[in-house]
Amino acid sequence: MAVAVLVLVCLASIGIGAKALPLSDVWHGLFHYAGSGDDVLVREVRVPRTVLGLLVGAALGLAGAVMQALTRNPLAEPGILGVNAGASAAVVSAISFFGITSLTGYVWFAFAGAAIVSVAVYFLGGSRSSTPVRLALAGTAVTAALYGYVNAVQLLDSAALDRLRFWQVGSLASANTETVGKVWPFIAAGVVLTAFIARPLNALEMGDDTARSLGANLTRTRVLAMLAVTLLCGAATAACGPIVFIGLMIPHLVRTLTGPDLRWILPYAAVLSPVLLLGADVVGRVIARPAELQVGIVTALIGGPVFIHLVRRKRMSQL
Amino acid sequence: MKATTTKETAHAAGPVRAVRTPGGHSFRMNVRAALVVLLLALVAAAAAVVLIGSGDFSMTPGEVLTTLFGHGTFQQEFIVTDLRLPRVLVGLLVGGALGAGGAVFQTISRNPLGSPDVLGFGQGATVGALTVIVLFQGGAAAVSAGAVTGGLLTGVAVYLLAWKRGVHGFRLVLVGIGAAAMLTAVTHYLITKADLVDATRAVVWMTGSLDGRDWAQVWPLLIVCAVLLPLVYGHGPALRVMEMGDDAAYALGVRVERTRLLLMGSAVLLVAVATAAAGPIAFVSLSAPQLARRLTRSTGPNLVAATFMGAALLLVADWIALDAFGDRQLPVGVVTGMLGGCYLVWLLVTERKAGRI
Amino acid sequence: MQRLTADSVTLGYDQRVITENLSVGIPDHSFTVIVGPNACGKSTLLRALSRMLKPSRGQVLLDGQSIHGLPAKKVAKTLGLLPQSSIAPEGITVADLVARGRYPHQGLLRQWSPEDERVVQESMASTGVGELADRYVDELSGGQRQRVWIAMALAQQTPLLLLDEPTTYLDIQHQIDVLDLCAELHETQGRTLVAVLHDLNHAARYATHLIAMRGGEVVAEGAPGEIVTAELVERVFGLRCQVIPDPETGTPLVVPAARVRGARGAEKTSSSAGRA
Repeated sequence: MAVAVLVLVCLASIGIGAKALPLSDVWHGLFHYAGSGDDVLVREVRVPRTVLGLLVGAALGLAGAVMQALTRNPLAEPGILGVNAGASAAVVSAISFFGITSLTGYVWFAFAGAAIVSVAVYFLGGSRSSTPVRLALAGTAVTAALYGYVNAVQLLDSAALDRLRFWQVGSLASANTETVGKVWPFIAAGVVLTAFIARPLNALEMGDDTARSLGANLTRTRVLAMLAVTLLCGAATAACGPIVFIGLMIPHLVRTLTGPDLRWILPYAAVLSPVLLLGADVVGRVIARPAELQVGIVTALIGGPVFIHLVRRKRMSQL
Repeated sequence: MKATTTKETAHAAGPVRAVRTPGGHSFRMNVRAALVVLLLALVAAAAAVVLIGSGDFSMTPGEVLTTLFGHGTFQQEFIVTDLRLPRVLVGLLVGGALGAGGAVFQTISRNPLGSPDVLGFGQGATVGALTVIVLFQGGAAAVSAGAVTGGLLTGVAVYLLAWKRGVHGFRLVLVGIGAAAMLTAVTHYLITKADLVDATRAVVWMTGSLDGRDWAQVWPLLIVCAVLLPLVYGHGPALRVMEMGDDAAYALGVRVERTRLLLMGSAVLLVAVATAAAGPIAFVSLSAPQLARRLTRSTGPNLVAATFMGAALLLVADWIALDAFGDRQLPVGVVTGMLGGCYLVWLLVTERKAGRI
Repeated sequence: MQRLTADSVTLGYDQRVITENLSVGIPDHSFTVIVGPNACGKSTLLRALSRMLKPSRGQVLLDGQSIHGLPAKKVAKTLGLLPQSSIAPEGITVADLVARGRYPHQGLLRQWSPEDERVVQESMASTGVGELADRYVDELSGGQRQRVWIAMALAQQTPLLLLDEPTTYLDIQHQIDVLDLCAELHETQGRTLVAVLHDLNHAARYATHLIAMRGGEVVAEGAPGEIVTAELVERVFGLRCQVIPDPETGTPLVVPAARVRGARGAEKTSSSAGRA
């Protein structure tokens, strides 16, 4: 059923947009491509945009689920824990200081940024003795530092400011077939890795000692999990800029449907996260016609209240 | 049960000393803390004098001092009184307000990372200011007003959202984090909505700077600090007790909810006014209280020491921003941001050494 | 005489009601212990008595006045509480922590009087943590730490002291340690103590007045020697037992009935697995 919803949303994403196109034109563009302006819009802009949304949504949702299991923290997700900010700062540095303007170039910086920040926040939040609060605080503090750095860079280089500000807000608008082509191998690799560690992560979620007694190799699982998160978040952020709260909301929603087994959570998260992302994107395209509201701000405005609601619902002992 | 920690240095602050008067009054005194405060005041004063003397028209510290006491030349008087002294005063007051606000927040949230610029208040002030810049193309005064409004509204919203039969520290922190994430996204969005000129103006403001600050910024800051700092200091003993948990605080007769509301309100106001004056200067409210604590080696919120540390830190950062990069003059926010990054790394290292990793 | 009483109180959290229309009084100069099975309302009652929890109906009275109407510091000078979970701030020494207990007696102009100093020394001495004065609290053992918290509560100099499960996380040696200390405070200093204890035998041994609760109601109260019987234990805890005099103190000692070996199998299924 979830897949059906996904297909629906994909179709919506292709069919609806900032420029109102009649469905016949959309159909024309998809299947009777003749090179007209609207056909180009459908094929070269909306389809890649939808595909990118699929990829990035899945990546962020999976990364969130993995992070929540890894840190045993219901509030963990790439945006809150600063991973996206790390990738973002690295990309900004690559573009400003090294003049690297192609995605294949700066995506490696994004990986480095995501990896470094993941590790830093993990340790700053207290690693073994971390509580959800400490970890979230560490993530936010690091995010503040990184965005301060990004600001400083933009201050010194106003051409960079102009380029980057549209990326920094988190948007699918710059998607094209090229971007999709470059980013999907990394995300695919991340997805495969995640599937591979689903079972050990299940064990890890129950506590180090329990996990060990169940035979899980803790260090290896942790390293692989961090690697998966790095791949997924780095690629997603490199393509679209930092997008928050997807990785938080979807795993929680999915948990209510599937229970705590990661082997179910992960596939459902992979399917439902793009639903949310594309849905937010469609909303953004429609609400501000003929301009658009970037997906990053839409997810933030939806996700913020959801986050706060989650915080209010949980009791002190659970946090 | 807390895990045992290895202490890097052997001893604590020593026995409590008191200054007692014949009328039966007594004032608690921690010798080391008092010395630290004095030292920080001297550092701040020295940095102030140096800052006043530097710039295109440079003066020696001696000349600065004579001018301050009214015996300078007409030109020196003008430069000092109209241009540089207000800037330095703003720096002192902003640093102090941020330090005190940070100390209150970190004590209430029981976490060294729980500072207003992490919990959404700084971001709220930013959104307020950017709204004015981007949507209304307002002037400097309007931007400041926007900043204060944004910060205060965020404070109220976070407090109300965290309220559930009372406000526990952890919930406040988490709601603040959620607010921070949301408001950061709104900030980025506003920057995309602006034309390049306004966007640049916005980024400049967001970096935090003391450039161009004059007496118009000094007076509101001075009034707010003069009223709120004594209020906050007066609640120092209550804060000290609240550190031990809400239950213990109730048991000792502290009106926990009321005190928390009052102190948080004061801290938010202090931070909001400071942000309105100089932009969101990063990391002073995060690092000043902890650094003060390291120096005084005393437990408790260290409110006075945090205030003076904030002031000293900001002025020293400003001096670095102006003088240390050769021709290039940076806004002070960039320097504090860099220092903040180093501070986080240092925290990482000390956490590791203390065996908490 | 009863300085601290609960008068027809209804207590609950959110929508859950724990006790309804409960009236109970704490006899002065007694060592009162509240016992009962989990979720019987004993901690809830203690929290209400210490004004942490406001009753939705009825009131808690201290010296005849509603405890919620009195000024906080005034109550703090009469009623002390050892909470279940307190946080020792990082890097705090024993002396510093005990000193914080003087807060209700201090003010803006009276921050550290000679009286404060004296009381802190005495409190540390009577709990036996005097030599630990300069040590860091987080380096101490569980039992020592609990004594330090008790010293802090003592420094408040309150005639009444409430203790919320003071022995729950301690090993048996430290549990007896803490209870002996409480008994001493009760006997030599004449304080009124109210404690919630899990262990019925500890309660029976140390209490002068016992309050047994179940399902939010007081099932029995009185001196342990009078009320602790096998019927009471079965009624309150659902435990079959016999009650014999404690060979050390003569107070009632509850000895749970042994399970017949193999009877466990018999309880679960109809076939029994062996003979006792």
